[in-house]
Order: sequence, then C-alpha cells, then structure tokens
Amino acid sequence: MHSKQDNKPRLLWLQGVTCNGNTHSFLNLPYLPLLLDKFEVLYYPAMEALHSFEEISACKLSCDVLIFEGAYDPLMKRNGVFMKEMLAHYAATAKHIVAAGTCASFGGMFKEAASHRNSGILFNEEEMNGPLLKHKKRIINLSGCPIHPEWMGYTLSMIANDQTVITDELHRPVELYSNLAHHGCTRNEYFEWKVDTKGFGQKEGCLFYEQGCRAPMTHASCNKILWNEVSSKTRIGTPCFGCTEPDFPRTELFQTKTNMSIPEDVPLGVPKRSYLTMAGIAKTFHIKRLEGKLIDYKTTD
Amino acid sequence: MARVTKEERKNGIISAALKLFSEKGFYITTIPDIAEKVGMSVGNFYNYFKSKDILAKELVLYISEYLGNQIREINDREISTEEKIYEIISMYFNMADEKPEMIEYFLRVYLSNREVFGDGCEGMICVSPFVTEMMMFFNDGVANGDLHDQDFFSAFGLFMGYLGGMVFLFGEKILPEPLEWYKESISQNIYNALKTR
Repeated sequence: MHSKQDNKPRLLWLQGVTCNGNTHSFLNLPYLPLLLDKFEVLYYPAMEALHSFEEISACKLSCDVLIFEGAYDPLMKRNGVFMKEMLAHYAATAKHIVAAGTCASFGGMFKEAASHRNSGILFNEEEMNGPLLKHKKRIINLSGCPIHPEWMGYTLSMIANDQTVITDELHRPVELYSNLAHHGCTRNEYFEWKVDTKGFGQKEGCLFYEQGCRAPMTHASCNKILWNEVSSKTRIGTPCFGCTEPDFPRTELFQTKTNMSIPEDVPLGVPKRSYLTMAGIAKTFHIKRLEGKLIDYKTTD
Repeated sequence: MARVTKEERKNGIISAALKLFSEKGFYITTIPDIAEKVGMSVGNFYNYFKSKDILAKELVLYISEYLGNQIREINDREISTEEKIYEIISMYFNMADEKPEMIEYFLRVYLSNREVFGDGCEGMICVSPFVTEMMMFFNDGVANGDLHDQDFFSAFGLFMGYLGGMVFLFGEKILPEPLEWYKESISQNIYNALKTR
C-alpha cells in the first residue's frame, strides 16, 4: 500500500556556481516546515533530506521539482561529476524547473566574474540561449540577489497545489514581478516632490537622485511583500540595486548616472521629456514638512 | 467675410499685448490699450483674460511653448550636437529679429517684474516647456559623448545667458553688426565651452 507520502512531489535543490545566498534566504520563510511538508525533499544543501549528495550525483534518481541555484558553468564538477550532466539528467523528467536567484536566472554576479563561461540555465542576461533551452516551457525564473523567501514560497505553494504559475517574457511569475520595487516604497512622497535624501540610513528623502536607487525601473515586489515581514532595502535607507533584472550587477551601485544632472534612466515606461517636465515643476515647490526630520515637524509651524 | 474664431481672437490679444508690454512696459500698458489695439471692447477682453496678471502669465507660457517646440524640432533632427547648437542660436536670433516682442517680453517683463509672476508662475511652472527641451538637448549631448558632463544650470546659464546678453545688446542698439553676423562665432564659443575634453 502506498502511503500519502508517496504522492508528494519530489523536490531536489541543486547548486551551480553560488554563494548559497538563495539557500539561506529560503530558510527565512516563516512557514517553511509547513511548505516542505507538501514535498518529498530529495536533497537540500542546508538541511537533512532523504538522500545524500553522493546518491544524487550518481544520477540514478528522478525528481518532479528541480530547483537550481547559482550560475551554470559547463566545466564545474561536484563530487567529481559534471554539474551539467546532473542538471541535464534531472531536468529531463522534472515537471517544473525553478531557477533560484539571479545567477541561475540570467547569470548574475557569477557571470560577471566569468562572462564567457557562466550563464543562467535558460537566459544569458536577456538572451534566451541557455543550456536548458529545450525545457523552456517548464522553467520559472525567480530572480533576485538573493531571492525573497516568499517568492519561492509562493511558487512552490502554487506547484504543490497544481496551480499554473503565469510568467512574463523573462519567465518570472507575473504575480511577483509585475510590480516595481518602487511600489509601496515609504519614500514615494519624496520621489513625487523631488526631495533627495541627505545620507545613508535616513528615514527621509528619496534615494533615486543621488544614491543610485533602481526601484522605479526594477520588477520586484520587495515593498509589497516585505522582507522578514517587516522591511525592505529602500525603507531602511539603502537604494535598490535592481537585482532582479537581467543587467544585474551594474557598476557604481550607489550612484545615479546623470547627464548634466539629468538622470540617464527614468521610471519605466515614462518618456524622459514627460519625466523632466513633471520633475522640474515639482522641484519648484518647497514643502517644509519634507525638508526636515519627520519627527521634528509640527503642524503648528 | 470669414468669421474670426475665438482662438484667433485670443492669439490677436496675445500678439498685441506682447507688443505693448515690451514697448511701453508692463505697468504703463492698460487693458483698454490692449483692447483698442485688437479692436474689441474692454468688456469683451475680459471674456478672454480675467486680469492683466493672468494675461501676463499666459504670455510667458506662450513664449515658452513656442521656444520649446522650436528646440524640440531641432533636438529631433539627426544632426551633431555642434550643429544643434548652431541651429538653436539661429532660431533664437531669428526670433529676436522677426518677433522681437517675444524676447523683449521675456527679458524686460518676465525677468524684471517677479512680483507679477511669483504666484502661479514661479520656478519652472511657466517656463517648463522651454527648459525641458534644453534639458533634453544637454542630456542627449552628454549621452552621445559630445558634451562634457557637468551641472545642468552651469551649462544652461552659459548657453542662454550668452544668448540673452547678445539679444539685450541688440535691443539696446549697441551691437555694431546685425545678430546674424555673430551666429558662427557664438556657436563656436558655446560649443568649445561645453564640448568633451
């Protein structure tokens, strides 16, 4: 007689060239035990699972959900076995393949280190020519450096419940990546009135003008689904680095590239002329409440 | 005779007001003066503009939009930044020649009577169409490597301050030669000052 356990999808987490950031990020998911209970975990790098890596690397098993973390490197071996062979073996029969993080999605940080060799499993930055091209219909990209634990939580929950995950042209779930990181940022009023922040870690001011914030151009729900359920980078005063996009990592992450004080990139889909018109007029006005510390402002002033 | 549309009437007032304000001055010119010049009653004038101050602000916006459209047309051309500088200067000097009231109004009324424009026309509000196009010009020039990256207002002041100064000298009849004569050398000076080093 088969137990209920046997009907659970078998989940395998493999790693290419990685810093383990996604593995660790996923451990922060508040409902991780509940979620993993819906799967039969064959192997996961940071906790006990059904099989050892020796057994996995022998390529005698198969899985339903393959999660791949890290950049793809055709010359990389783990346990003496080429990772590309392991990836090809498990991808061939997996019903779902999930790229965990920007390296696995587009190449990311490790492609930057070895651009001629490393790539994502389906994309090489924006070009769809990765090693798992023939399995593209089954691939979901969860970009992010690292991934938000809730994004992996959402995707695995959908899979466990036999729900279809609708993706964008870069194979990212639209439910998670149709928002911009800008949406829900607590600094939006400062963006509207063009008030710069006066330093790192300040509660006040917008990070877009001086500090290189990419939130208005970055598809991510960091300010909608908060990190550790409490905060986000922009909320605590660090600019968004655009880590979910194929061009990550860019250079000079803490600087806004400008041409004669005019931002080179403007919010997604907004014509530069329109942006400059709006920004110029907004800058004309000085809103006293937005110019000092929020806690010091008195309505009686 | 074809009936004059409301829009044409409004443009007629704008044109007459620009001339009167720049010739006689903003405070001396009265609404009856303007109404008389366009051939309408004072009562009818108020159907178009509720006050002299409102008309004054509309005129700034009108000039700014006119200049903005002219510069946008140059910005959109497939020519080098050096050529664009020459084209913008040509356009500006032609305007000073053919529609002197526009630039006169800008320099002598708008910039000299801040108390009129302080409320509702401050900062970028009325000049946004023109300044935005200059931003686009500088942005494109830096992006394609022709101009060196610097603060916008430092570059804007150098460009427009120079042109404004020349038109002012022209208006004062101090220039020994017509504006046209200075186009080449001024273009070269501005380009040399702004180009990539």
